Amino acid sequence: MSLQATTSQTVGPFFKIGFEWLYRDNLVGDGVSGERVTVQGRVFDGDGLPVPDAILEIWQANAHGKYDHPEDTQNKPLEPGFKGYGRVPASADGVFRFVTIKPGPVPGPKGKEQAPHLAISIFMRGLLKRLVTRMYFPDDARNAGDPILNSIDPARRSTLIAKKTAGGPGTLEWNVVLQGPNETVFFDLGL
Amino acid sequence: MKRVAAYRVPYPGTQPNHLHPPYVSSIKRAPTKPQIPIPYTLSEVTGPSFGPEIVAPKASDLTRGHGGEPLGARIIVSGRVLDENSRPLANTVVEIWQANAAGRYRHEVDQHNAPLDPNFTGSGQAVTDAEGRYRFVTIRPGEYPWRNHYNAWRAAHIHFSIFGPASATRLVTQMYFPSDPLMPFDPIFNCTADEKARNRLISAFDWETTMPEHALGYRFDIILRGREATPMED
Repeated sequence: MSLQATTSQTVGPFFKIGFEWLYRDNLVGDGVSGERVTVQGRVFDGDGLPVPDAILEIWQANAHGKYDHPEDTQNKPLEPGFKGYGRVPASADGVFRFVTIKPGPVPGPKGKEQAPHLAISIFMRGLLKRLVTRMYFPDDARNAGDPILNSIDPARRSTLIAKKTAGGPGTLEWNVVLQGPNETVFFDLGL
Repeated sequence: MKRVAAYRVPYPGTQPNHLHPPYVSSIKRAPTKPQIPIPYTLSEVTGPSFGPEIVAPKASDLTRGHGGEPLGARIIVSGRVLDENSRPLANTVVEIWQANAAGRYRHEVDQHNAPLDPNFTGSGQAVTDAEGRYRFVTIRPGEYPWRNHYNAWRAAHIHFSIFGPASATRLVTQMYFPSDPLMPFDPIFNCTADEKARNRLISAFDWETTMPEHALGYRFDIILRGREATPMED
């Protein structure tokens, strides 16, 4: 007899009370290797209005492509200053911003390498369960061979790839669009 | 690289859809395009882990840390975190947040005309022990009105957030109280089609954890998704 997973419920508008102690908008500790990037973006609803009560959780490998987790058995180094977890709320204008490093590539299905990416979960008032998506990096030749990107309609792939900005080479823009023609690709993991 | 075992798919109706029109805020926020199925990869079966030291022992007692005692009925909320294969999940972070006894959140957006309690913040954290157990001391949250529809009221609830062993197991949910007359009218409680799954969000009054002359006990077990026994064919 197996148990059934507890049903998901919305975080509601007041999640800050419960989540703020673990807010992490800078994932990079002392001595961590890799290319520093600042990711900034906005969350938009179906009317194109910014969502002020959303929160993103980021999970990623380090610059060597190694996750700080026992199931990652690759022979690659961990870095003490890098856990790979971030948690950033949107502001009243729907803006989020975090600092991290570009991860290395990680193994994927059928022995194929996955291009560097951030795994992102999104919670907000009005969402009864979390949204699962990814952010990839601009101008990375490995994107062309990424098995997950390649499983997506080419017309929608760009919603997962951050854009370079005038803010400098280390500043990327990546928006989350909940509905409409530019709707971000969200993944079905059977949740 | 060895193949990666997937997480189990929920029984139909036991998880909400993104769109649930009676919960009006879902209408402009639920994605409208089909979500893309992807295989589980190392990115999905790993996830953040935090040593038990990240949570201070006193963080599980929401009645402490202020100048005095909060108003309201003190309660003990405890339970176990297990996976669908009945395995206890040890060392996982459990976060809770809630309204005070008058039904008011300590949050700038909450405009409900009920008093704040200077002795209650409404935020707690715990880490499960080797048997997957957690325990919070808090006060029973009040019901409160909201603007979803005319005369809308939320049933009394405590928000729960649990990480589990992987990104795939991450869960945010809400715990309710037995015999709350507002539950049949609460569109958030009712967003899940399966009645039994819905009712598992209701805690059970618990004599075993009730402390004589101190606090009533409520039990709430949390089940996170379990792993498939064998790796997916790929």
